[in-house]
Amino acid sequence: MDNELRELYQQVILDHNKSPKNFKKLETANHSAEGYNPLCGDRIDIYLDIQNGIINDVSFQGSGCAISKASASLMTTILKGKTIEEAELLFEKFHALVTGKLEAGYSQNELGKLIVFAGVKDFPARVKCASLAWHTMISALKEDNKLVTTE
Amino acid sequence: MNHKLNIVEKAASFEVQKIREDFPILKQLVRGKTLCYIDNAATTQKPMVVLNAIDNYYKSKNSNIHRGVHFLSEAATASFEAARTKVKEFINAKSENEIIFTRGTTESINLVAYSFGRNNLNEGDEIIISTMEHHSNIVPWQLIAAEKKAHLKIIPINDKGELILEEFEKIISERTKLVSIVYVSNSLGTINPVEEIISKAHAYGIPVLLDAAQAVYHLPIDVQKLDCDFLAFSGHKIYGPTGIGILYGKETLLEKMPPFMGGGDMISKVTFEKTTYNSLPYKFEAGTSNICGGIGLGTALDYVSSIGFENIIPHENDLLNYATNELKLINGLRIIGEADKKAGVISFVFNNIHPHDVGTFLDFEGVAIRTGHHCTQPVMDRFNIAATCRASFAMYNTKEEIDILVNALKNVTEVFK
Repeated sequence: MDNELRELYQQVILDHNKSPKNFKKLETANHSAEGYNPLCGDRIDIYLDIQNGIINDVSFQGSGCAISKASASLMTTILKGKTIEEAELLFEKFHALVTGKLEAGYSQNELGKLIVFAGVKDFPARVKCASLAWHTMISALKEDNKLVTTE
Repeated sequence: MNHKLNIVEKAASFEVQKIREDFPILKQLVRGKTLCYIDNAATTQKPMVVLNAIDNYYKSKNSNIHRGVHFLSEAATASFEAARTKVKEFINAKSENEIIFTRGTTESINLVAYSFGRNNLNEGDEIIISTMEHHSNIVPWQLIAAEKKAHLKIIPINDKGELILEEFEKIISERTKLVSIVYVSNSLGTINPVEEIISKAHAYGIPVLLDAAQAVYHLPIDVQKLDCDFLAFSGHKIYGPTGIGILYGKETLLEKMPPFMGGGDMISKVTFEKTTYNSLPYKFEAGTSNICGGIGLGTALDYVSSIGFENIIPHENDLLNYATNELKLINGLRIIGEADKKAGVISFVFNNIHPHDVGTFLDFEGVAIRTGHHCTQPVMDRFNIAATCRASFAMYNTKEEIDILVNALKNVTEVFK
């Protein structure tokens, strides 16, 4: 496989695509939103259980490509226990990572496992795939339960 | 026309490699691999003769048409009007008055929706379309229907991706004011029995619009034989430039229709009290036309005629049959759209691999296919899928390219095993 392609489809991404984590409807959710990418028809539901400003639990459902599914799956694993402010900050950093706008000298440790999405920046057409779950999560945080689209 | 005299001679000498020589873009490398362009349903590539016609126009004839008395303007007008005649002959219309230059199929359909629709639709009237329409043959009708309190009626499709004609007979009635139907489906490849639909609609005195965007480069079109009332297609899908398209309409219908857009070139006299409109076809061509686009399209049609559909059709059918058989051998691949009559379009899905992932992997092999809903979301809903991969063939494609596609797909299935 080509190196650039391997960089995009890292094993972690393929694994999360095959066996996504927290792939269910969250019965205890008190925040939720539906995300939609009109370009490809990908759809995702994000469920959040927020207690005292902390994300107690998070899950997702929907259909999409490997990048969008793995992104949603990894996001759910990383958000548990985070405050709303931490989640919003992480979204900004993640967005900077996939659009290639991460400022120089930024510690990649802060992104943790999310760093596997670094390859997305070389595929402009796939940025929306990687960020759909995150946009939807932010919308769910704000409790505006409207349909989120990437357009 | 010389090219028509040559058809018999050319029939014996159809060589795909020779044709490929006419298309400079096909020699291009993509990520170090030879370009394998099988996304022709999205747009076709352009032969050198079309590129030269556009180049020559801007180098030696550029000026505005239908108004100047100077040399260049007359030369440009003559070339543009010659292109109109080429279109007329290509689809066998009765007169140049029936050939309207537009920006493309979408604008052509919108023209009919707004001009014919606004004049002929009343509350409670119905327009018949089908499940397999492109969004451009759905949304214009929704817009005009909402304005006129009219309704859309939909001909459903079966599991093979064919229209269910018995249902058409159930929904057609005296409330129907127009049937607007796709000739060849862009997402399923189905060739619809449009002659049958037209004759049934005409039995009720209802006009029929054919969306021929996908049909035009796969099949010869004879509007008099079809007896369709309107027909729309785009230049860029028949080896011509983007931004130019055609609306064919029967002169008797076009005569009764009000202008679609107002502006220059479409008037005969303007005062602040009253404006009288220009005659056909100019009544529907407000503003400066895409002159070089029209000339490019005319040249593209000459090119297609010089190759001949009697050669193109067997070649594309060969590719379709070969690709269908080869693709079916791939584990987990399912073809969407298995109509008995198909043009060179194959949609397919995998159970466990999303089309976008397939598209990215194929791109690294130099293979250009389309992935997504192809602007036919009702078709996706009908088959309960979000998207498909679509390979679509043109006259310059080869079996070797299908082999490249098939091998690349096998590699993708290995990665996602």
